[in-house]
Amino acid sequence: MTLALSHFSSALLFAVLASVVFGITQRNTSRDQIRYGLYCFAMFVGGVVVAGWVMWILRR
Amino acid sequence: MANPSTTKNSSIATASKAPEQSISVMSVVAPAVGWLIPGAGHLVQKRWIRGLLLMASIVIMFALGLLMQGHVYQPNGGDILDILGFVGDFGAGGLYILSQAMNWGHAIISHATADYGTKYLIVAGLLNFISVADAYHIAIGKKP
Repeated sequence: MTLALSHFSSALLFAVLASVVFGITQRNTSRDQIRYGLYCFAMFVGGVVVAGWVMWILRR
Repeated sequence: MANPSTTKNSSIATASKAPEQSISVMSVVAPAVGWLIPGAGHLVQKRWIRGLLLMASIVIMFALGLLMQGHVYQPNGGDILDILGFVGDFGAGGLYILSQAMNWGHAIISHATADYGTKYLIVAGLLNFISVADAYHIAIGKKP
């Protein structure tokens, strides 16, 4: 069985899974863990979008 | 020159803090079990939700890496990137041992996103290292 994801869906899945671990391990209270997990997810996805635009600009 | 009374007070403070972070059975067992089975270090300390979420995240990431035909690194003494790749993979503990036993992760790379699979496998191991450190901090009472 082989899984062939697109670049974006791969990055999105990566962001979800890594953010869960970061949120749980880097903060103490449940509320802070959720907030930090969401922050990490936003940073991952935001970073992907920004990097995509930077590469698009560089290629022009 | 240091004030003797201040020095004495700080040494007393250090001595009073020491028992909180002393080595207990759990501080050895939790990281070991957590490395072997991702998330289990939290489960043995009755952090059920945290443990299950960590387990799910790391196992899913490792499984996705294998399904994407990622490369599982072997123990090696060659290129520095290969060594670091092995260190990352090895962090997944039991999952890495299982992949070696079942001969997973040695397929020929047949599509462009297979390289993502390799990265998924390495990061799953590195996330498990973080999870193990967190289990240790809980065991020594540094984290609730």
